[in-house]
Amino acid sequence: MTGLLSADRLRLYRGDRCLIRDLSFALNPGELLLVEGANGSGKTSLLRAIAGLLPLDQGEIHWRGKATRLHRQELSAEMSWLAHRLGMKYDLTLVENLRFEARLRGAKWHDQESLLRRLGIDRLTRLPLRALSAGQQRRVALARLILSASGLWLMDEPFTNLDVAGHDLVLELVREHLRDGGLCVVASHQSFDIGAPTRRVTLQ
Amino acid sequence: MTPAEHDGSDLLAGFSAIVRRDLLLAWKRPGDALNPLVFYAMVSTLFPLATGPSQQQLLLNGPGVLWVAALLATLLALNGLFVSDYEDGSLDQLILSPQPLPLLVLGKSVAHWLTTGLPLVLVSPVIAMTFSLPTEITGILLLTLTLGTISLSLLGSIGAALTVGLNRGNALLSLLILPLAMPVLIFGARTVSLAVAGDATSSGVYFLAGYCMLNLSLAPFATAAALKISNE
Repeated sequence: MTGLLSADRLRLYRGDRCLIRDLSFALNPGELLLVEGANGSGKTSLLRAIAGLLPLDQGEIHWRGKATRLHRQELSAEMSWLAHRLGMKYDLTLVENLRFEARLRGAKWHDQESLLRRLGIDRLTRLPLRALSAGQQRRVALARLILSASGLWLMDEPFTNLDVAGHDLVLELVREHLRDGGLCVVASHQSFDIGAPTRRVTLQ
Repeated sequence: MTPAEHDGSDLLAGFSAIVRRDLLLAWKRPGDALNPLVFYAMVSTLFPLATGPSQQQLLLNGPGVLWVAALLATLLALNGLFVSDYEDGSLDQLILSPQPLPLLVLGKSVAHWLTTGLPLVLVSPVIAMTFSLPTEITGILLLTLTLGTISLSLLGSIGAALTVGLNRGNALLSLLILPLAMPVLIFGARTVSLAVAGDATSSGVYFLAGYCMLNLSLAPFATAAALKISNE
């Protein structure tokens, strides 16, 4: 199988339970991989394995034709991970957090007012994230995802805590990302149609 | 960004980014950084009250008490080194960031030392006065404590990384770190004692400096490996 991101016969155990058995897929620019399944079926584990946070028991993931097990840096330089947890400091403000993320990637931080306005968080820049609602925190995490300018987005339940407008916003962002030639892996328990080439994986 | 773009300045960017972030966090929550300092000051000022004001005895016990208090105060502060990053998911992001993890971990250790180790070193001369230690040894006291607390911060980061996923890692952390911290305690306290007696102190200082360099070069790698395992 060939693709920018490809997986070959992945197998993943948690404890003595086999979560993923012989899963293969290939993903090319502009394509979405939708990981579906009930709670506890291993969606997050699969995403963590793709990201490299969880070692696979068998199989290999390739990014640009190279095994990610050996060439970790090349994937992480082009990947962003939107997890359950915020992944930012609750005591810092939105701008302080995003500025840190930019510095970590060696990029210059400049004012991102239009992006923040689009995400509906432009009025919250002076507050520590602790003071924001769960949905607003989620929007801040989306801002980080976009600012990272990565080719591959890994999104774990991106709709959690978001209102209807936020739900549509996520779909729109993903659609734009795919149109720009990005890749996206979304784990979600709810199915959705995005109008882009979509591969589906259903975990039992 | 492709990996080829990661030159030296870029590596330093990640390191300085995390140092600045952690210092900012410490600034916003000064209690966390002050806690060990207060502990250190309390233990070492209470001791002379309990043992009595005999100058002979204070001179004899002073260096040891100062060093034990410094060691325990540093251990107290270590538990939180990675816990908040683990809980809010920042640790995932750090591990996945394009920057090499040992460098980020070193940045965290540096920030940790600046917020807990350095203040502790700076108040030591004042506390040394309560033990009526002669002022001539202030230099050697500052030097040994600086080298010692840097070692302890770095060693402690290994223990903190190993116990980050555990619910009550504090006791285990102390148990893991204490054997490695013993040389620091022995050489640190002994060197200050020798200085009080007016003997030569260079061998102790050299040992502490060497041990500090060893930790500086190896601990970040051990910590990074431990973090990856704990975070699975």
